[in-house]
Amino acid sequence: MSSAAQDPAGRERAGADPGRVGDRFRRYQAGMSAGGDPAGDPLPGRSGAAPGRGPAGGRGRGGGRGGRGEQPAVPPAEFTSYHGRPVLKAPVWTRDIPAYLFTGGLSSGAALLAAGGDLTGRTALRRAGRLTALGAIGASTYFLIADLGRPARFHHMLRVAKPTSPMSVGTWILSVFGPAAGIAAIAEAAPLLPRRGPLGLVRRLLPGAGRAAGLVSATTAPALATYTAVLLADTAVPSWHEAYPYLPFVFAGSALASGAGSALIAVAPQQAGPARRLAVAGAALELAGAHRIERRLGLLSEPYRTARAGRLLNAGRALTAAGVAGALLGRRNRAVSALSGAALLAASVATRFGLYEGGVASARDPRYTVVPQRRRRDARTAAGTAPQ
Amino acid sequence: MTDLRPGADTPSARTAHAGSPDRGPAPAGADSPAARAGYADPPPRMGFFTDTSVCIGCKACEVACKEWNGVPDTGFDLLGLSYDNTGALTANSWRHVAFIEQPAAPAPAPAAGRTQFLGMPGATPPGRDSTAPRTDFRWLMMSDVCKHCTEAACLDVCPTGALFRTEFSTVVVQEDICNGCGYCVSACPYGVIDKRAGDGRAWKCTLCYDRIGAGMTPACAQACPTESIQYGELDELRRRADERLAHLRDAGVSSAQLYGHDPGDGVGGDGAFFLLLDEPEVYGLPPDPVVTTRDLPKMWRRAGLAALAMAAATVAAFVGGRP
Repeated sequence: MSSAAQDPAGRERAGADPGRVGDRFRRYQAGMSAGGDPAGDPLPGRSGAAPGRGPAGGRGRGGGRGGRGEQPAVPPAEFTSYHGRPVLKAPVWTRDIPAYLFTGGLSSGAALLAAGGDLTGRTALRRAGRLTALGAIGASTYFLIADLGRPARFHHMLRVAKPTSPMSVGTWILSVFGPAAGIAAIAEAAPLLPRRGPLGLVRRLLPGAGRAAGLVSATTAPALATYTAVLLADTAVPSWHEAYPYLPFVFAGSALASGAGSALIAVAPQQAGPARRLAVAGAALELAGAHRIERRLGLLSEPYRTARAGRLLNAGRALTAAGVAGALLGRRNRAVSALSGAALLAASVATRFGLYEGGVASARDPRYTVVPQRRRRDARTAAGTAPQ
Repeated sequence: MTDLRPGADTPSARTAHAGSPDRGPAPAGADSPAARAGYADPPPRMGFFTDTSVCIGCKACEVACKEWNGVPDTGFDLLGLSYDNTGALTANSWRHVAFIEQPAAPAPAPAAGRTQFLGMPGATPPGRDSTAPRTDFRWLMMSDVCKHCTEAACLDVCPTGALFRTEFSTVVVQEDICNGCGYCVSACPYGVIDKRAGDGRAWKCTLCYDRIGAGMTPACAQACPTESIQYGELDELRRRADERLAHLRDAGVSSAQLYGHDPGDGVGGDGAFFLLLDEPEVYGLPPDPVVTTRDLPKMWRRAGLAALAMAAATVAAFVGGRP
């Protein structure tokens, strides 16, 4: 936390804008004149096309960029842009944010497993869950503060509580979850304390406090895991915004699967039954949601299927499948269980980064901003409800 | 040089304070975003009307804005985008003049690169010689700026309250509050607000909050030599824009259209709106922007469902395994 505040150089290096603004433009220009991306179309533009599209005689020369990577399933839509430049600003967040999506989800899943383990007398599951939840929420806090342009001002988030700002809502969820997860984890240290004296009193009180705090953190955990989906969807980034019906389910599933993965690593197979079942449930939610995001958003699904986002999501899918299979088949083998847990954790990382990258790619290419909006506007004009 | 000193009086400055004579008995800003934000009896909503049909691309607005607001330079690059070396609205460019070179007739697909043959220079001025007639090339210029939306996504999502609605219904960042979380950058449907590298905070046009609070005209409008940028009460500007549009349409400019003037659009209308001579996307503007928070209740509902699914799955995982 404090290390982030004291490390402006680190922030600057990790910043989205390493050089001056003009450098970014030049790189963009270079990409344009090189025919777009390596496998991109040669600037389709809109010249001479779409007769009857509006009253203007000459269409703009600014062309769009071609699809990137593999051949897009959606036919390349013709559109106009200003010199092929993006309409939107791509997110200025660094990798801290997708990393936080993972650690926040992991913490949430672990806290749920810990509470379940506590209530059903699975001590090892409880201990592993509580410690994982605290470690992951600590990492989350670090990532969130490190990503700020002014990390020393992180407490300005606590000035207001705004339901219209998912980040503000998340701040308050975190400020309930974090301390609760902390107390629950500290309670695990009770057996280390002496039996007598004032510390002996603490030793007797800690388990109760730990249970209460663990239940508070478990109650907050689902909100912690799913608000981040709203955080991404509540932006102008086309492929994030349009994915809002499915993103929370992917994030919920990913959180459960990663939490279960951590338990499979830390807990002997005899006590890991609930973790195995949770891994299956989480993986099902994650896979089903991601499939919808990659298929049901029309043109806006394209960024999730191509380039790095596509590779990451494919990797996530494969790792999830491997993790679930290993967890079920290797249920008597400690090593296989642990390997499966690691695969589930890696799957969650890949899925979070894939979804993040897909959105960023959709904001960088004006096609994904202009084409859906133009269709919407033209449809309205055709319906005769246009303002003009 | 254009006079930016307090009290400098130009036609646009005069109209800004004239007020509309036909205003009803209701207070000026009764239904303005400022009133909805909690201001009691706010002044009239102020804004910009940028008429691109008279823009000459002088970039005086860019310069005046930088000078008045102390905005850092953008790197002095040549971008190869016509006369546009600013590139886009950024944290360090709060006005951006776009330049679009257009043949009036559809070009025969400039497949090889983006260069275009504009004809050989002749011995006489273009249009005088019947064998080499004037080409129908046209040059669009447009000074872009923050739209100061009625429903401002940046303002909605700001988690610190650094972004706020002023009494003039504009949207301004408080630089002493902003902690550079960058959420507003992703939320803006116009790609206006931006994080400044090396500074870490978000910056954008303030509609010269300091100047208009003192009854002055914003620096860009003050500097504009053709009144392409007009500052004033939004109601008055909208009336003027309708007149100008009708005039242009009568004169045969059928492509003229207003952008951001309609309170029924996806952002509830812009405080800074435009008269364009082509479709919005030609200028780099989104054709149908919608404030992202319009779907927020639906998003929270979906997240709630997913959270319930998580809780249910956890309970089932523990209960289901017990014999």
